[in-house]
Amino acid sequence: MKRRDFIYLTGMGAAATMLPGIPVTGRPITPEEALMPVDPALKKQMADVALNAARSKGATYTDVRIGRYLNQFVITREDKVQNIVNTESYGMGIRVISNGSWGFAATDKMDKESIAKTAELAVAIAKENSRLQTEPVQLAPQKGYGEVSWKAPIEKNAFEIPIKEKVDLLLGVNDAAMKGGANYITSLLFMVNEQKYFASTDGSYIDQDIHRIWPTFFITKIDAATGKFETRNALSAPVGMGYEYLYARPQDKIQGITTLYKGRYDMLEDAKAGAAQIGEKLKAKSIEPGKYDLILDPSHLWLTIHESVGHPSELDRVLGYEANFAGTSFLTLDKWQSKQFKFGSNIVNIAADKTQPGSLGAVGYDDEGVKCGQWDIIKDGILVNYQTIRDQAHILGLTQSQGCCYADNWSSVQFQRMPNISLQPGKEKKSIDDLIKGVEKGLYIIGDGSFSIDQQRYNFQFGGQLYYEIKNGKIAGMVKDVAYQSNTQEFWNSCVGIADASDYRLGGSFFDGKGQPAQSSAVSHGSSTARFNGVNVINTSRNIG
Amino acid sequence: MAILTKDEAFALLKKVLAYSKADECEVNLSGTDNGNVRYARNSVTTSGRISQSSLVVSSAFGKKLGVATINEFDDASLEKVVRRAEELARLAPENPEFMPFLGPQKYAEPITYVPSTAAITPKQRTDLVEQSLNVAKSSKAVAAGFLEDNAGFSAMMNSKGLFAYNTSTNTNFSVTVRTSDSLGSGYATRGYNDVTKLDTKSATQIATDKALKSATAKAIEPGKYTVILEPAAAAVLMERIFFGLDARQADEGRSFLSKPGGKTRLGEKLVDERVTLYSDPLNPELPTSTWSGDGRPQEKVTWIDKGVVKNFSYSRYWAQKQNARPIPAPDGMIMEGGTKSLEDLIKGTKKGILVTRLWYIRDVDPQSLLLTGLTRDGTFYIEDGKIQYPVKNFRFNESPVIMLNNLEELGKPERTVSVESNQNYLLPPMKIRDFTFTSLSDAV
Repeated sequence: MKRRDFIYLTGMGAAATMLPGIPVTGRPITPEEALMPVDPALKKQMADVALNAARSKGATYTDVRIGRYLNQFVITREDKVQNIVNTESYGMGIRVISNGSWGFAATDKMDKESIAKTAELAVAIAKENSRLQTEPVQLAPQKGYGEVSWKAPIEKNAFEIPIKEKVDLLLGVNDAAMKGGANYITSLLFMVNEQKYFASTDGSYIDQDIHRIWPTFFITKIDAATGKFETRNALSAPVGMGYEYLYARPQDKIQGITTLYKGRYDMLEDAKAGAAQIGEKLKAKSIEPGKYDLILDPSHLWLTIHESVGHPSELDRVLGYEANFAGTSFLTLDKWQSKQFKFGSNIVNIAADKTQPGSLGAVGYDDEGVKCGQWDIIKDGILVNYQTIRDQAHILGLTQSQGCCYADNWSSVQFQRMPNISLQPGKEKKSIDDLIKGVEKGLYIIGDGSFSIDQQRYNFQFGGQLYYEIKNGKIAGMVKDVAYQSNTQEFWNSCVGIADASDYRLGGSFFDGKGQPAQSSAVSHGSSTARFNGVNVINTSRNIG
Repeated sequence: MAILTKDEAFALLKKVLAYSKADECEVNLSGTDNGNVRYARNSVTTSGRISQSSLVVSSAFGKKLGVATINEFDDASLEKVVRRAEELARLAPENPEFMPFLGPQKYAEPITYVPSTAAITPKQRTDLVEQSLNVAKSSKAVAAGFLEDNAGFSAMMNSKGLFAYNTSTNTNFSVTVRTSDSLGSGYATRGYNDVTKLDTKSATQIATDKALKSATAKAIEPGKYTVILEPAAAAVLMERIFFGLDARQADEGRSFLSKPGGKTRLGEKLVDERVTLYSDPLNPELPTSTWSGDGRPQEKVTWIDKGVVKNFSYSRYWAQKQNARPIPAPDGMIMEGGTKSLEDLIKGTKKGILVTRLWYIRDVDPQSLLLTGLTRDGTFYIEDGKIQYPVKNFRFNESPVIMLNNLEELGKPERTVSVESNQNYLLPPMKIRDFTFTSLSDAV
């Protein structure tokens, strides 16, 4: 779906610019239909048809993905339900190697004849591609796992919750915000269930059930006299959980200048807080530009990690496969080979993890049948590793893929996508207050906002939702019109403090775009609150008359 | 499903409507064939072909609406999808903003379909990519690019007697060429309805020349500069104005087109008087559909006339509420310009910066439409009418509204593609004074 269509769908206008394009593929279905999975025995039969057909045409490797992708979106504004969308997309993608080249074809016609024809088409495309191929594909070895399965450890399947409960929640949230003084609010619930089956000529038949959920809102308040307006977005995180994410318990809340959420989310409470804060934001002082020490909350820092650590450590970007669109990377292979590239300060440890419970990236196996795990990207400030898939592992001297392959649909070809990439908590006992206490002139930033970074991931600019000025170790009040600009390496080397594990929280992106044609993936980024010294802050206020 | 003729689409839609028991029923039918080839490191990486079709049934009981879609077209499936839409409509909450479907409308005959694009073969695609690769390889440079083509049809019919039909084709091409030492990078993009107009060789030559010439970039201080934005660079800023022409956002007070007290800038001068923006479905350079997805006719509309905001786009609901003409949001946007080429604009520039491409555009402040992003793939310093040397890339923080008030000169409009939205536009290269660069980037 194009960004414009999404805006049309939600009627959010300016608020929607905080979201990337959302790919709603598939046909709308009734909620009940979403609860009937396809029998794995049937999927194995269909997969074998494809594997055999491709082999008979000369494929030296084949994998098959049979996917059922379910989306439910509930969209409301103020006192109205704008849209309830249920979609299903079901079909099969077949990827082969023939003549040393990749070929891919996909179909939603699931009879034996159509499957075999699609497999043959994939082989024909591989052979056509080999005409312009300069180096044959080298695939890291992968053992077959036989018939296995993996299910996300959810407590409540969001697709089983009646629509009415979801609508009541969102309209309640909207009502609270409007009573709190908001002029407009759009609230949304996004729910996704990927039922996917993978089979390959390595001898794997893998059945997986993956769930994701994202509740969010956008509040607007206008000062009638001046015509100035401000917005405040939800402090929720998209997560790899069921509907239990919306049943927050006392232990899920961190009390401070605003309530922050850990593991589960209280949408109603956040909307009430948001409505009050947006009034404060309209009256807040415009920031004096200059150098500030930044205290960044995990609800904000996840996006800085995503853009400045996650994307540049994608090996396909490093190698130039994304040069035409997303770009390349400053983390070139020579920096990794030197074993002394100082990415960040000594306390900066950043790990990749495809297993973290509740995270968006957690799966049992990736989309080329590799069992998922964890590894370090930055160790004590030094670049030590990247993110790879099977046809790149040999470049790093690895004998096995790191399991970072993903396709957003059966009809999309799988490629390298980011695992969860997270800043590890500080090893010394340290709270948010301990971090703030040490700052003379600083800003405490909560929530994610505007974000932009160059095509090699050096120069970035980020905004947030809530900005509090810190003077001599104390919060001195709210400010606005804030964005900080930095260079990735300078920024991470200015990291002088990270709160301990008790503050560790996940943020994430539900719709991270990459590739041509563009595909979206969901990924989490964890951190504790962290301090960065002497960062350049600009004032973003302008007057257009 | 192949592309259905007008008669075939009419017959199928008529059959679907015959199953309806709702107060009102509207059916949208579409089908596309998409082909693409992606390449990088001077080699093809992936290519695919996707055929998709869908039938969307909207059924309404009073103000309760249900929508269901299907991609099977036998009689049983057609009846099933109508019943499903009706079930969903009965379950749906009443939507106070629901608008009864439109009656019959008159549409101009569209000119969006070019048979040569629909008939493209896998070999033609590979040949087009090979021609691009040969240019890069012969300069010992490295190309990454993407070629995609679409052919499709769309049709709609409703129980009030409305029927609309359109076919269209499109091809988008983009290529980034980098020097083998990764110190230089260049870019070019092209979009056409007719694939026979696509010359991947000349586009790749431009990208290659920019890559080779940008290899020894100097750092100059960020600040306010006169810039010449090539159409591809202007597109990603200008489209934020196009997307912002929605009346409801402006009326509600949360747009750069809002004013205090619930007023808007409609009828006011917003930008330099040389700025005229319009959409025209029958423009031969940028043809678009002659009807919108809800059946409203798309006609020529002037949005900004000599700097004055002339029209907003409306949803049907909002137009009725505001008692305004329900002009739908346009599919393509055209900006008037002059007759000068890009080279002429450079020749007439004492000091300035030529910008090939802007990247990672994000809103910073919706109130002023302040945007941020970076230059990329060919940024050059101009002095005394000549390109002097390549410069390091910049981050900018600038509002297109302020930018269009600082207009120096417009060149001859040409068709281009937005790297952000993939939309095609007809835009001139533009010379702007005091464009705000706020920091330097080491990215190549």
